[in-house]
Amino acid sequence: MNTKIDVKNVDLFYGDFKALKNINMSFKEKEITALIGPSGCGKSTLLKSINRMNDLVEGCRVTGSITLDGKDVYKDVDVTELRKRVGMVFQKPNPFPMSIYDNVAYGPRTHGIRKKSALDELVEQSLKGAAIWDECKDRLKKSALGLSGGQQQRLCIARALAVHPEVILMDEPTSALDPISTLKIEDLMSELKEQYTVIIVTHNMQQAARISDKTAFFLLGELIEMGDTEEIFSNPKEQKTEEYITGRFG
Amino acid sequence: MKRKKLMEKGMQGVFFISALASIIAVALICIFMFARGVPAIAEIGVFDFLGGTSWKPTDVPPSFGILPMIVGSLYVTAGAILVGVPIGLLCAIFMARFCPAWLYKFLKPMVNLLAGIPSIIYGFFGVVVMVPFVREHIGGPGKSILTASLLLGIMILPTVIGISESALRAVPDMYYEGSLALGATHERTCFKVIFPAARSGVLAAVVLGIGRAIGETMAVIMIAGNQPRLTADILQGIRTMTANIVLEMGYSEGLHQEALIATGVVLFVFILILNFSLSALQNRKKEA
Repeated sequence: MNTKIDVKNVDLFYGDFKALKNINMSFKEKEITALIGPSGCGKSTLLKSINRMNDLVEGCRVTGSITLDGKDVYKDVDVTELRKRVGMVFQKPNPFPMSIYDNVAYGPRTHGIRKKSALDELVEQSLKGAAIWDECKDRLKKSALGLSGGQQQRLCIARALAVHPEVILMDEPTSALDPISTLKIEDLMSELKEQYTVIIVTHNMQQAARISDKTAFFLLGELIEMGDTEEIFSNPKEQKTEEYITGRFG
Repeated sequence: MKRKKLMEKGMQGVFFISALASIIAVALICIFMFARGVPAIAEIGVFDFLGGTSWKPTDVPPSFGILPMIVGSLYVTAGAILVGVPIGLLCAIFMARFCPAWLYKFLKPMVNLLAGIPSIIYGFFGVVVMVPFVREHIGGPGKSILTASLLLGIMILPTVIGISESALRAVPDMYYEGSLALGATHERTCFKVIFPAARSGVLAAVVLGIGRAIGETMAVIMIAGNQPRLTADILQGIRTMTANIVLEMGYSEGLHQEALIATGVVLFVFILILNFSLSALQNRKKEA
């Protein structure tokens, strides 16, 4: 399978603090990669530097290169174009305070789609893609804030799908949800990988083991180990990885 | 121990009375206004008073129609909204989401200062600068609906800006990030996500701006011309309800004076309606 995203010699600083130390890794197309590690290890930071959401953080500086299909995302790609191609789902569900329909249509409208029939179709397609169509097809004009937390998160996934991204970044997407909603989103993720490259940050070891193809373990800003998920969980090469996944620290 | 308890009781009383003071003030004002004004309205006749187009309180027999003043107040208030709300909202968006920190340090105190200027000073500015300007460059006598609207539009700016700016700042960052992550620009995010998310606060700002404009007296008297007549020409002068009261209260007596108080009642009802719609808006916000 082709490499979708390539991270080379990446250092990231927040002011004087070095949050990522010489990261080298690559993400393959149509795979789910899980980033695991204790809080503050830099996994979310890495995720956010892929779609440049770190640009919002004052004093954040990235050196090295992150490429998407061979193009450097910090040099050769327009940032709005980048974020259209690399969608993101946040830890806390954040649907906009508008109708369900307008939430999903927001992205396509942003990128110039005005025709109602085209928008209608995109909205339906995206909501189906995020496995929430049946629950909200009769209330598309109602406020998205009336949905449950789990539904809101799936709506956010639908919103991300609506701009036809190639990569979807998920930052602990189920940590604010109940077990049943979590299960639904995990099921959804295995469907998503048919079409999309998915990178997920998670604190939930079982989740990483259940859904991902590759797993990367981070500690204190360094990438300790990356490999096939089965391999990492059954036969880790590094001592620290083993200690973390068996719950001896973290 | 006993002294402490006494102190406790005593202070409770002090707080209670302080809390009561403002309620008593509002109640007294209401009672006074309605007790003095309503009989006058009854004597003149509700229709003749509210719908009468002629205000000649000293004629024999006198006529007390305040329709021109009601329309006058509505005119200048509407004009102030047309001028002040778009400028104020755009300014608030700029201050909340676009303004660099160094500029904000100057801009914010300036806007606050605008709120602190006494209305007589605004009036002077209107008479000395705006009236001649309108007369020479736009037409009419200068003292006109247009001039009053422009000045009131400036006067409501700090209200509109201050409240809508804090509403815009209160919008959670997660909406901003969510929009950016979809590939939207900062500008689109501000106008299509942040601004709609703050709409109830923005509406509150507009309602309070309306309240400020309709109740303004001093500055309006100085530049509106004060002719109690119905006109659709915005370059002609007009009299507002507030101006009507202030101009004639000094020498009026009998039914004339009562009619002025009744004008105050009408104004008061306008303000009450505004306040109720404001609290209705805020309640709706809580539910959402």
